[in-house]
This record gives sequence, structure tokens and C-alpha cells, in this order.
Amino acid sequence: MSEILLQIDGKEVKATEGMTVLAAAQSAEIAIPTLCHHEKLEPFGACRICIVEVEVRGWTKLVVSCVYPVEENIIVRTRSEKIDRIRKTILELLLAHAPDSPELQALAGEYGADKDRFEKEASFCIHCGLCVRYCAEVTKKNAIGFVDRGIRKEISFIPEIASKECNDCKECFPLCPTSYLQAAFVLTQALAFPYPQQSYGDC
Amino acid sequence: MDIDRIDQIIDKHHGEASSLIQVLLDIQSEHHWLPKEALDRVGEKLQVPLSRIQHIATFYKAFSLVPKGRHEVHICVGTACHVRGATRILDTVEEATGIKPGETDLDLKYSLETVNCLGCCALGPVLEVDGKVHGKMSPVKTADVLKNYE
Repeated sequence: MSEILLQIDGKEVKATEGMTVLAAAQSAEIAIPTLCHHEKLEPFGACRICIVEVEVRGWTKLVVSCVYPVEENIIVRTRSEKIDRIRKTILELLLAHAPDSPELQALAGEYGADKDRFEKEASFCIHCGLCVRYCAEVTKKNAIGFVDRGIRKEISFIPEIASKECNDCKECFPLCPTSYLQAAFVLTQALAFPYPQQSYGDC
Repeated sequence: MDIDRIDQIIDKHHGEASSLIQVLLDIQSEHHWLPKEALDRVGEKLQVPLSRIQHIATFYKAFSLVPKGRHEVHICVGTACHVRGATRILDTVEEATGIKPGETDLDLKYSLETVNCLGCCALGPVLEVDGKVHGKMSPVKTADVLKNYE
């Protein structure tokens, strides 16, 4: 493992080969916003919010830092007018799907994103894939997956597996940035494996 | 559905997980859809989680998770066919079969789909039944073509 020197936001950062720009930035305590990133999971590059500017031999390009491997002598800029504008637009698009997500709202505040810029299309899922990947890679239960594609893509529990595994696990629940996952689970449960004599508390 | 036949298909591809799509395509072409039992069997034998199979089976338009008819009718409604009267061909087929695009009739005889271009615009309007292309269609000729299928 050879050591690689790069510059992030004017700071000299040491990284090892094969590391991503995001990991290098995090090791140097430089914050890059992420939505689909999780330390236990393989990089996915779905949300694009961690986009940064990379200067290689004088040429600047835009890359997604969670999947871009570090290179010798590159100059990374994590905040610039251009980056902020792109992140703002990404957030506005995501907010059209999940207008009430606290995580998105916090980022929207920082980047000045207007949640009403695009017409609401509340599907609530932003396709970060955290639940799907966590279930496949960490718990290895594969109780949830993506179905369909393009604008119709959504998450879907496999009832047979979910009925056996999910009630005792639910480890993916806190990962969801929008709470849509919980809703999808409750829906699947109600349709496919209702709890016998479930207590709903004293409400 | 014959589970031994599914096993044969899986064995033909040496039970390799990388052949998943080929296995699914073979099952699809034989049954005209992917029954749940078949997917369970494929997942079990190829050691692929059902969530992944479901992802692939819903991603590609070649696969169907609901039964399809014995004859797949595709009507081109691309620009060239459209201006040459694809709408009238579609109306004729809808009337003859009693189904709309995306549907299958109760006898499982026909499934109807519209497609956006079959790549032979000079033959427009084009009707495709079970992969065979019928070009320069008119409503009358369309009705004649459909009579040939049982």
C-alpha cells in the first residue's frame, strides 16, 4: 500500500492507494455531505450529494467523491460556487420526493435549497439504497430489494423473508433518510403477514 | 408448471449464478412468464437471493411476472408508423382481441404491447406477432394476419 499525497481544500492530506476521496477527506476531518454513504457498505454513488471538484494536471472535473479513488497530487475542492449550486439543485430534486425529511431539510438550509422549487412528487424514497444494501451486505438476509426501473423504481420487501427476519432485526430502519422504509415495512406487514393480536398501546 | 423442466434449464446453464439472466430468459420463452415457483427454484439452485431476482425480473421488459398470451403482438407506434396510421392498426387489433396495450386476454391467446420503433420504418405501419414482422399494414390486412394464429 503506497502512500498518496493530495490536497483537499488547501490542506495536504495523506491517503493510501485505493481509498476514495471521501474517505481521505473524512480522515482529514473535512466534511463532505453524504446521503447514500455508509461506512459498513460498499460505495454506491447514488445520491451525488458528495460531488466535489477535482483538479488533475490543471484540468478541473466534477466527480462523486464516495466512488472516486485518490490520485497523487490532485487538488480537491469540496466547496465552491459551482459545487454549492449543484448540491442545491440535487437537494431541490430530492425534496420534491421527500419534502419532510429532516436530513434533507438540514442540508437544504445549508445550501439554500428551496423545497418548493419543483412540483411535489412525493414518493418519499430517494433511492439511496441504504436499506437494500445493508440487508444484502451486512445482515445478509436480502429481505428487501429494488424493483422496476427509472421513474418507477422503488423498494420492495420480499414478504416470505421479511415475515421471518424483519421483526427481530429492523437494523435498516434508522438508516433511512426519509422514514419511507418504515412505511413500506408496515404496509408489507399489513398485507402479507399481519401480527396476531398486535398491541397498539393505549392510544 | 413443471419443476423438472426448470431444473433442466438451470442445469443447461451449469447452475452458475452468472447465468441468471439467461436462465430467466429461457424460462420466459418457454412459459411466456416467470411463475413464482420457478423464481424460488432458480434462487435456490443458483444461490441468488430472491430480492436480486425480483430486481432483474422487474428491470427488463423482456420478463413478465404475470402470465402472457401464447402470441405476443407488438404494434409500432414510432413516429414513422404513427404518421402512416399505426393508430388505426392498434384500434383494429384492440377490437379483434378485446384487449388494450399491456393486457392479456382471458384465453391467454394474445398479449398486446405498443413499441416505439422496430427499426424498419420503410415498412410502416408495422405489426409484429411472435417476432415475425408484418409490414405495410392496413386494418383489413391486420385482421387477416391475426386470423392465422391459434
